Amino acid sequence: MLKINNLHASVEDKSILKGINLEVKAGEVHAIMGPNGSGKSTLASVIAGKEEYEVTDGNILLNGEDIEDLAAEERAHKGVFLSFQYPVEIPGVSVTNFIKTAINANRKAKGLEDMPAKDMLKMIREKSELLEIDRKFLSRSLNQGFSGGEKKRNEIFQMAMLEPKLAILDETDSGLDIDALRIVANGVNKLKSEDNAVILITHYQRLLDYIKPDFVHVLYNGKIVKSGTAALAHELEEKGYDWIKEEVNA
Amino acid sequence: MDLKEKLVSSFLAFENHADLDSPIHDIRTEAIKTFETEGFPSKKEEAWKYTSLNSILKHDYSVFPKQENAIEYSDVKKYFIHDIDTYNIVFIDGKFASHLSQTTHDGLDVCLMSAALSKPKYRLIIENYFNKVATKDSLTSLNTAFAQEGAYIHIPKNTLVNKPIQIIHFSTGSEVALMQQPRNLIVVDENSHVQIIERHQSLTDNPVLTNSVTEIFGNKRAIVDYYKIQNDNVNASLIDSTFVNQKRESHISVHTFSFGGKLTRNNLNFYQNGEHMDSTLNGITIIGDKQHVDHNTLVHHIEPNCESHQDYKGIFNDSATGVFNGKVVVNKEAQKTNAFQSNNNILLSDKATINSKPQLEIFADDVKCSHGCTIGQLDDSAMFYLRSRGIPEKEAKALLMYAFANNVLETVKIPELKKRINKLIATKLGVNIGFDL
Ligand SMILES: Nc1ncnc2c1ncn2[C@@H]1O[C@H](COP(=O)(O)OP(=O)(O)OP(=O)(O)O)[C@@H](O)[C@H]1O
Ligand SMILES: [Mg+2]
Repeated sequence: MLKINNLHASVEDKSILKGINLEVKAGEVHAIMGPNGSGKSTLASVIAGKEEYEVTDGNILLNGEDIEDLAAEERAHKGVFLSFQYPVEIPGVSVTNFIKTAINANRKAKGLEDMPAKDMLKMIREKSELLEIDRKFLSRSLNQGFSGGEKKRNEIFQMAMLEPKLAILDETDSGLDIDALRIVANGVNKLKSEDNAVILITHYQRLLDYIKPDFVHVLYNGKIVKSGTAALAHELEEKGYDWIKEEVNA
Repeated sequence: MDLKEKLVSSFLAFENHADLDSPIHDIRTEAIKTFETEGFPSKKEEAWKYTSLNSILKHDYSVFPKQENAIEYSDVKKYFIHDIDTYNIVFIDGKFASHLSQTTHDGLDVCLMSAALSKPKYRLIIENYFNKVATKDSLTSLNTAFAQEGAYIHIPKNTLVNKPIQIIHFSTGSEVALMQQPRNLIVVDENSHVQIIERHQSLTDNPVLTNSVTEIFGNKRAIVDYYKIQNDNVNASLIDSTFVNQKRESHISVHTFSFGGKLTRNNLNFYQNGEHMDSTLNGITIIGDKQHVDHNTLVHHIEPNCESHQDYKGIFNDSATGVFNGKVVVNKEAQKTNAFQSNNNILLSDKATINSKPQLEIFADDVKCSHGCTIGQLDDSAMFYLRSRGIPEKEAKALLMYAFANNVLETVKIPELKKRINKLIATKLGVNIGFDL
């Protein structure tokens, strides 16, 4: 589904990603961990098509197609979804109208008519129930004044509505209380299938207790320096990153 | 002959032709003198620092159109709010168009200024209200000198007008260049409520200059909602001076939607003569190309315990220029005044400019006054957020601009009008999605 080859990216001439290689197949869950500032969110943004970042070398293939020249919305139309580490507040646009607009924009890109209002309402009801989101919440301005946990839950609500092929969840677990974490993880698991894939960016093992990764990667200083199975996450939880940094710098 | 000379010399002919016994004969004569002395305002005047009339004054305007030009309702229907029942006062090239109008004298007067000026039964109202709140600046004086036609609306006590009143001015291009000077008088008596929509629409690209003056009187507990739709053609310019005199416990709002025209200057003045009232001045400006829109507002708080709210949003593209000059005066006696003013702007291009200047003159000590002005671009991170959800760039921009203007749009109380303005905004932004935010 996703194949990243020797990806280098920089912002304002500052090099951040320094040769990333990663392959994610349909049906897989990958976890990316790594110290603060190592480039995890940058990688997520580059995959989603944030123009601020310049790809200086390497490429990203989505189902075999190089997506370098695709705008963020075109990548979304191909099924890429990013749950933001810091969701943006947009005053004046309600959650409901935002998600309606997004769904119909995606349908339009596929040559489909707008979703009938009745179906839309039904879907909104189902997905908000799945994530235990209060209906009142949906008429509020997007992310404005939402608590940290509410923002994250709202990201997963959008994911549930848009049903992406490749979901990248950037620290969706941070800010969630124990119950919310369970609800959100449960939501992600329900959406998981053999046809889609998930990349989880996280600092904590606890999310991985709920959503079992097939692979765990450590991103350090713009490179994936170690990959392994779920066991690697446990090892990191126990030992921290020092031993990895030492290995890299040795 | 320049325009000023032309106007001054045509005044004599005009006034001789008019009724010399008219109650306003002296007022007109006085007014032309003021205009003759002061002339058109220039950029040297503080209030006109950022707006030059030079380019629009150079045309050889017809002041009294000779030709009568008929237009069919079907051709101009789209400029009406036509999906609801309304009273209509419609003018074509400055002349009343009865076939497009729906006026009334049944319990209220929705009719013509020319009738009000000539018929004895209106004399008292004219004497009490005409030119009583309008200032004596040169452009208003020019209008006063030629005051003859426009809307005359009188809502007597305890009347809830059950449908909005539309005032529409069409210009047909039958003249190479046309100058119009409509004069409106709106008197709303105690406990009455009325909604008014005003629009100026040129039907060709021939230059049009409209120097419009409107006086609004809201007596005790009156509620007046006034909406101005300014979406005119590229060669149409508008100087709109509106004066509002409010009495105690009245609620008056004026919304100005400026989406078109070559040059638009709005002088909007509120005078609060009484306690416990509020004034609302809202505006959305969305312009591009070389268009220019200048909002010059004044709220004068004269007595205690009143409020005023000003909320102006501007979106400027290409080489468009905007001005917001918002003045709030709070007299020493006007304690417990709450006066809010905000002017927020988005510049979509490097060449667009906005000059925003609040002017607060506060002489009372127990007041709450706030003002804020912002000038910014569309937020990149918000754009990425929307686009990452599959919303294309153009729509994402439009969505953010809608959201930006939304709190002003929300305050439009006529749903059909709100829908129409929504549509105008969508057209203006070049998108075709019906956001209902
Ligand atoms: N737009 C930008 N301008 C300048 N520097 C940037 C920009 N975006 C990212 N960086 C820098 O790139 C590096 C990687 O940032 P990134 O956000 O990808 O880290 P991260 O691995 O997600 O960290 P965290 O775990 O704290 O979320 C950091 O040093 C950051 O300051
Ligand atoms: Mg990060």
